[in-house]
Amino acid sequence: MKKGDILVAVVVLLLAGALYGTGLLRPSQAGAVAVIYVDGVEVHRLPLSVDGRWRLETAQGYNEIVVENGTVLVEEADCRDGICVNHAPVSLEKESIVCLPHKMVIEVEGGEEGVDAVVQ
Amino acid sequence: MDTKKIAYGGIFAALAILMGYVEAMIPLPLPTGVKLGLSNVVVLLALYVLGKKEAFGISLLRVFLSALLFKGFLSFWYSCAGALLSFFVMAAAQKSRHLSIYGVSMLGGMAHNIGQMCVAALLLGRSVVFFLAPILMVCGLATGFGIGLVSQYCIAYVKNRRS
Repeated sequence: MKKGDILVAVVVLLLAGALYGTGLLRPSQAGAVAVIYVDGVEVHRLPLSVDGRWRLETAQGYNEIVVENGTVLVEEADCRDGICVNHAPVSLEKESIVCLPHKMVIEVEGGEEGVDAVVQ
Repeated sequence: MDTKKIAYGGIFAALAILMGYVEAMIPLPLPTGVKLGLSNVVVLLALYVLGKKEAFGISLLRVFLSALLFKGFLSFWYSCAGALLSFFVMAAAQKSRHLSIYGVSMLGGMAHNIGQMCVAALLLGRSVVFFLAPILMVCGLATGFGIGLVSQYCIAYVKNRRS
């Protein structure tokens, strides 16, 4: 071991510590958003970081959309099949809830990745 | 290039490929992408005993052949970037009077990890992987130290034999 070796190790450790400590490279947790589309057109965005509810009224009927604990779900709707109401809450990137009778789609944007990115 | 050198080159290349194979059987409780870098022992050995050109050839051969034999096309790009970057960093570091084989090996290990990370970022199209940089740097340092230790003993042995 020479002095230069130790210097290399110390510099690298400091650099790594600094990079980690300052969080410079941390992926931005800008926050997930539930984007609501009706008939393919975006009508509203609900940040998942804020609990709340939003009532979507269309010519076909209504959907009561609720955001809680960082997830979004449809609590109530007057569509004929109720599939959107039975759907589990979503929060991961590109997860969606669809209400076909009302032509409504809720899609999560900027959420945490699911399992579809694995590299060996 | 004398015959002895050619023979040594062949043995080293075969060893390097074998090392990659052996390494794949050793599980590590670390995030994906962190490996021991056993075949780097052989590349270091070649760098110190045979020379730069030979070491470069052996490194490239190893990457190409082990991708062909055991892995696949995708992993070829990862290993290739890692091995190339690591080789150039080590070849440059070897020139320095202030660095022993430990320093060279540690820098090489780190360069390997960083090269692979860059390819991962390119292939996945996400910069999120750079979040792993500090972890990979420290891992490269640690494995590089171990590899340097092993290489030091190997070099002493091989040099005795060769003369």
